[in-house]
Amino acid sequence: MNCKCNKCGASFKSKLALALYSFFSICCINLFAQNCNNKLSIQVVDLHDGTPLSNANIEINELEILGTTDFDGNVTFENLCSDTFLLTISHEDCESITQTLDLKKDVFRKIRLEHHLTELEEIMVVSDNRNNSRTLFENKISKEVLDDYNSRTLGEVLKTVTGVSSLNSGNYLSKPVINGLHSSRVILINNGVRLEDQEWGIEHAPSIDINSIYKISIIKGASSLKYAGDAVGGVIIAETSKEKLLDSIYGNVTTNLQSNGRGGGISTDYTKTYSSGWYYKFQGTLKRMGDFETPNYVMTNTGFSEHNLSLKAGLNRIDHGFDVYYSLFSNYLGILRSSHAHTAIDIINAIENEVPHIIEDFSYDINIPRQKISHNLLKLRGFKNFDFGKLSMRYDFQSNDRKEYDIRRGNRTKPALDLNLQTHSIAFDLESKFDNSSNLKAGISARYQKNFPDPSTGVKRIIPDYKKYDFSLYSVYDTNFSESWFLEAGIRYDFSHIDAYKYYRTSLWEARNYDELFPEFVVEDLGLNILTNPKFDFHNISSNLGARYSISESENIFINYSMSSRKPNPSELFSEGLHHSSARIEIGDLSFNSEVGHNFSITYDSSNEKSSLTVNAFANIVDDFIYMIPVDLMPTIAGVFPYWEYKQEDAKLFGFDLKYDRQYFTNFFIGHQFSIIKGYERADDKPLINMPPVNLKNQISYSFPELNNLNVSLESEYVFRQNEYPNNNFEVFIPTEQTYQLLDTSTPPSAYHILNFASSIGFKAENGGNYKINLRVENLFNNLYKNYLNRLRYFTHEMGRNIMLSVSYNY
Amino acid sequence: MKIFKYALLAIPFLYFSCSDDDDAPEPINEEEVITTMTVTLVNHQNGSDVVTMQTQDLDGDGPNAPVITVSGPLTAGTSYAGSVQFLNEMEDPAEDITEEVQEEDDEHQVFFSAAGVGMEFVYMDFDGDGNPLGTQFVLAPLGAGSGSLTITLVHEPAKPNDGLDSAGGEIDIQTTFPVTVE
Repeated sequence: MNCKCNKCGASFKSKLALALYSFFSICCINLFAQNCNNKLSIQVVDLHDGTPLSNANIEINELEILGTTDFDGNVTFENLCSDTFLLTISHEDCESITQTLDLKKDVFRKIRLEHHLTELEEIMVVSDNRNNSRTLFENKISKEVLDDYNSRTLGEVLKTVTGVSSLNSGNYLSKPVINGLHSSRVILINNGVRLEDQEWGIEHAPSIDINSIYKISIIKGASSLKYAGDAVGGVIIAETSKEKLLDSIYGNVTTNLQSNGRGGGISTDYTKTYSSGWYYKFQGTLKRMGDFETPNYVMTNTGFSEHNLSLKAGLNRIDHGFDVYYSLFSNYLGILRSSHAHTAIDIINAIENEVPHIIEDFSYDINIPRQKISHNLLKLRGFKNFDFGKLSMRYDFQSNDRKEYDIRRGNRTKPALDLNLQTHSIAFDLESKFDNSSNLKAGISARYQKNFPDPSTGVKRIIPDYKKYDFSLYSVYDTNFSESWFLEAGIRYDFSHIDAYKYYRTSLWEARNYDELFPEFVVEDLGLNILTNPKFDFHNISSNLGARYSISESENIFINYSMSSRKPNPSELFSEGLHHSSARIEIGDLSFNSEVGHNFSITYDSSNEKSSLTVNAFANIVDDFIYMIPVDLMPTIAGVFPYWEYKQEDAKLFGFDLKYDRQYFTNFFIGHQFSIIKGYERADDKPLINMPPVNLKNQISYSFPELNNLNVSLESEYVFRQNEYPNNNFEVFIPTEQTYQLLDTSTPPSAYHILNFASSIGFKAENGGNYKINLRVENLFNNLYKNYLNRLRYFTHEMGRNIMLSVSYNY
Repeated sequence: MKIFKYALLAIPFLYFSCSDDDDAPEPINEEEVITTMTVTLVNHQNGSDVVTMQTQDLDGDGPNAPVITVSGPLTAGTSYAGSVQFLNEMEDPAEDITEEVQEEDDEHQVFFSAAGVGMEFVYMDFDGDGNPLGTQFVLAPLGAGSGSLTITLVHEPAKPNDGLDSAGGEIDIQTTFPVTVE
């Protein structure tokens, strides 16, 4: 399967020639080796994965006879005399080896040949594709695009992919939305490890340093069964660069500055590799920004700082290897001061005012409200190739620490939310070639997770103490059914046991009938509160069934059905009270079962030197979709609050996206992207909330190869108004005026259009390295607009013009 | 077989993490909650004419609505010395939040308004900058009738301000009491 060795024997003609050649070779042997009748059978296989190698030459030096392996890697020499021979085995893409052979009787020998590769990357490219799926179309984000966004966040760079948007809470907190779904429905895989970072929270951004990533793959609407079965929205797979298999030192230093936020960052990585396969690398990032600004005013308290580092060391041989990876992601970020609302009336006032009620001069201070997050990840991984395939083992540990500081009375500076989430997981994966045209992947994994909300906050726990035990099994089979059809089928089973301890308000416990439904959970009745010990088991099955039809080498059709099952997250199960940042009371439900998504997608992809076209259509039929709706108003001493409940209803989502790039003349390039997504409740066709509006992106660029590869481009982004939204508005009684006023949190803002400019230029440095300078201007015309997918849109507009300059040096 | 050695290395980590105790978490002392606001009005002319108004929401953001009580009617043509007390009765004994509000007088203000009946309000306590606080006040009913009295405690309002609508900040308490003036 892998590498050049296969390609060389691919065409039928050469196979025929090979067979004839083998035949004659054997004839020759007959002529020379008389009076002896030993038979030598040899099979030459790829050392990496056991693939038979055709067209390998085997010479018996003493006899000066030559044999060439056939399509199955076999060659047979007959009528050899008993003797000791020296064999030389060679292949045009592999390093030659010699072996001695003591021949006394008939012998079968399997010879493993190592490819003569200067870089391991070539193998990795193939195995990368195998990591995921061959029948699911994957969108990739290259290192070049990541470089352009190195001062931004993961959520921002993911938006460059058609059909992916982001749900923001201000400028920095940005969560990826795939095909209209986000949070627990989008799984992030960082270096083979499923990120466990309280991702259920709509205002929690993924804890990944964009500068540590070399490549991102996005699978829409389906799980990558190796990692997860619950990706109802999709999977994002982030990977670091692969290490070269030679004696080398390479690395990069990037600095960037930006006008909006008046800050910047510096990032560096350094890798040392040895031809023996050993390597180590280091990567670190520092970022610091002050308040961001709209065209008209400063968004007070929106600065942030970020410190990240990662270390990796290991041994990378073709047939075995291991690595140790550690990363720390930590940030400290301000939340727009004016977005802190206590009551519905606060939000009415904010919407009426249009601009935030607190606007101060620009500052680098990060005051309350703010978040402080640190995420530690340690991974140990090893693999070895056996006859039956590649076996790998992985252990990882993650510790996610989240502190949220709120505006509090009494000079309390301690956090209002302090969660520590620890996750250990261990996994074994096997990748095996079934036969020449089919592969089997299978794996088993176990995970233990513990959430600890620190009680010293003096604030009711949003997410309770819980322990979670997961166990899963998966298997994926793929086969090259015919020349043009490639089929894949996979299934995964997940078991989860949740053991939580939670204090409920006794009044709520009774109001929701939990006293009758779950009396077994009660541990102790404390009057006002009741201590409970909810325990749940979830058994989930997920599967994938896909086909790829290759019309030609550059034209493919991907058809896929994927079933994903997601157990309810802790927020959906356990929420029970006032959520300050949204000024509403949110109530979960202990009786939820798993949500099951049936996603059907079809993708047409065609690419050649001049143009590329990708068209994707999907339908996602989700049973027991968990979402929140406002059901009532609830009076409290602080006034009347909307009362939102998580509900479980059937939903459906449809969408279509298109990407077309074309090169005109030699250096002129035009790109288009369009995406539309619709989501409804199935029972009454009521639109789902926060569905990304239709958007259209166009790009023109021109490159000047003679001018140090200068490239200039102009991007236009038009986002339509979201016309389909649920009307969750309600009337709020204003006691001071004895009137009712409409709290309009539903109506989306108007359409907007922004223009961005980007340019890059590269220079060669004298010592063989190179410099690259990027200049990017976002919101070129400094337009004032609001974004439907920004949760703080009631309080503020979006960022104004932002000029970003980055210089990177690669060595 | 290297990987198996590494697999073995990882196992102690797993045991290490699994071996924690099974004790139930401690209850949280909910510190900043205000469950109760009591307004005491004492007639300047007649010390025995005391009207108390109270809102009490013992389950906080739980589903039970606050219980609002008013002890009796106000007398027209007189004036009352008013005081507001805030309590957190989730704690035992109840914590008097009024002290906290008075200590952070520059970050708080109590706002008064009446509807349906005429009333005048005068602030009697002020923060260090001379801006009103409102835990002490004078209330003067202007004429007989029935209507409502709304009392609002705002955290971090703009100070000075022209009233509740322009003060910004966050509402900690807002309660409307039915009132009768005789």
